[in-house]
Amino acid sequence: MILLLASIIIPFVTALVCLGNGSRPAVSRIVGVAGAALLLISSILLLKETLASGYIVMQAGQWAAPFGITLIADVFSASMVCITGVVALACAVYSLREVPEQLIRKHYFALFHFLIMGVNGAFIAGDLFNLYVWFEIMLLSSFVLLTMGGQRDQLEGGVKYLVINLFSSILFLSGIGLIYGKIGTLNMADIAFQLSQTEDAFLINSSAMLLLAAFGVKAAIFPFFFWLPASYHTPNVAISALFAGLLTKVGVYALIRAYTLFFHTQFDVVQDILLFLAGATMVTGVLGAAVQYEIRKILSFHIVSQIGYMVMGLAIGSSLAIAGAIFYTIHHIIVKANLFLIAGLVIRKCGTADLKKIGGLYKWAPGLSLLFFIPAFSLGGIPPLSGFWAKFTVIRAGLEGQHYLLVTVALLVGVLTLFSMTKIWAEAFWKNKEQTDSETDPYAGKKLPFSMTAPCIALALMTVALGLFSNPLFVLAQTASDQLLDPATYIETVLNPEP
Amino acid sequence: MELLISILIGTLFAAGIYCLLRRTIMKVIVGIMLLSQAANLLVFTSAGLTASIPIFANSKTGTAPLGHADPIPQALVLTAIVIGFGLVIFSIALLLKAYRAVKCDDINSFNKTDRIS
Repeated sequence: MILLLASIIIPFVTALVCLGNGSRPAVSRIVGVAGAALLLISSILLLKETLASGYIVMQAGQWAAPFGITLIADVFSASMVCITGVVALACAVYSLREVPEQLIRKHYFALFHFLIMGVNGAFIAGDLFNLYVWFEIMLLSSFVLLTMGGQRDQLEGGVKYLVINLFSSILFLSGIGLIYGKIGTLNMADIAFQLSQTEDAFLINSSAMLLLAAFGVKAAIFPFFFWLPASYHTPNVAISALFAGLLTKVGVYALIRAYTLFFHTQFDVVQDILLFLAGATMVTGVLGAAVQYEIRKILSFHIVSQIGYMVMGLAIGSSLAIAGAIFYTIHHIIVKANLFLIAGLVIRKCGTADLKKIGGLYKWAPGLSLLFFIPAFSLGGIPPLSGFWAKFTVIRAGLEGQHYLLVTVALLVGVLTLFSMTKIWAEAFWKNKEQTDSETDPYAGKKLPFSMTAPCIALALMTVALGLFSNPLFVLAQTASDQLLDPATYIETVLNPEP
Repeated sequence: MELLISILIGTLFAAGIYCLLRRTIMKVIVGIMLLSQAANLLVFTSAGLTASIPIFANSKTGTAPLGHADPIPQALVLTAIVIGFGLVIFSIALLLKAYRAVKCDDINSFNKTDRIS
């Protein structure tokens, strides 16, 4: 129980300490990294405990559910909290040298940890309104982080990000209002229980669709994703890596939670829509990436496309498919955050992220090339890296569920993803840099600090490890998936706890 | 009463979305404000409106009066108003900064990040 609270309290306290030390950047840096490390340790313990006991439930203020605020972690939540700890630590260490002191003085680390608090809170919320509040905490910190540099790009991207996400919050709030009006409860377990008692699918359709749109905007699925490629390439690299790793996945988490828990008995009402959205998300994302020549823009569009695979897992809805979606989410968080961090290394080395202007990195920076190669080709789904197993699981579930059209789309999109990654590889790493003689190192003197390479190396090693020894993670995903598809136990654990 | 408020909520939503789709920054702000008020009203009305029976327990029996108003939507809407207030203030500040950076109040000129380099 204390571990459940720790995943919110640790970032909160860290943020407060950083807030108090805004004028002392050195202290902020140390506290920021230490807080992230502490969070990682506590989240690993939390995952261990959920694996042992199934669910960890906490009723705030001892008010029994459904009257109090419930915090609950099952295996899925706990593994998301755990992976958040990993990404938070990697980005915090990376920020040490990458984020300029001026931003740290503007409370960068405080906002960083408030964002993590919102993300973790959303993962363990057991109450719909509570989930809304955590979303807002997460969003508001992300708005500030995105625009804190004050450059024109950031402000423009920030406006789009802000307006579309505010609109989705409003839809979410309206959905909450309608659900409360219809069934008179907001506790997630209680909503699930009440909805499983009713036969009338149309009763809940309106709120199900409002939640789909609200979470869909946050998860950046088709047709709600346009804010993402407009904004993710603008802020400091450490910030965009954090966003790329975590924010959309909170939306995916909320989608999976809502559709496995609330609408479990009426899943066929939304299944066709979800199947279509999954396919459309994959295709539009990957095609959007194909025309771009800025590394982070390509990667942003790929986030959209990869979200499609996760939604595909959810839409198929079998035990294997949901396990695939969870596996995919965890793999994707590591790989995508890493790719953004490595894009930052490339930018630091070359001074630009425009593929047309850079080249020859394979010759002059072989280490960096290898570092890019691992996550990029994991994203493309090359065996034996983690992306292959993720895609394999989802596609196999699709074949078992006889969704042949969607499987074809998924396979084609996999090829196009590989094409994009090859494009970055060929342009940035293989091609000779233009207008320079090929014998002198154009990037000499641009050393990459160890605090920036270390997180990338660590995340790349995790990708390799998850690929070579994918079984433990797959077993974890399967456990989480079985738990998700058995909402009765969830409901029972929250509403009728053993004394 | 609920019917009137429902019509009002619908109108607010329509007006808010209309404003959001306009090209001027100022109208975007107005749109966000209208929409957030519409959502607040929707949450407030969600449990039905009950006039003048607050949920005060009778001091002798310790029970709430019959047919009392549901206090939860009121608590929810208070939280939602505060959050909405913060978000609106932040949007105004951000749009002001963006306006100063772009030097134009037409949202269509906010297209630098969408160009293919």
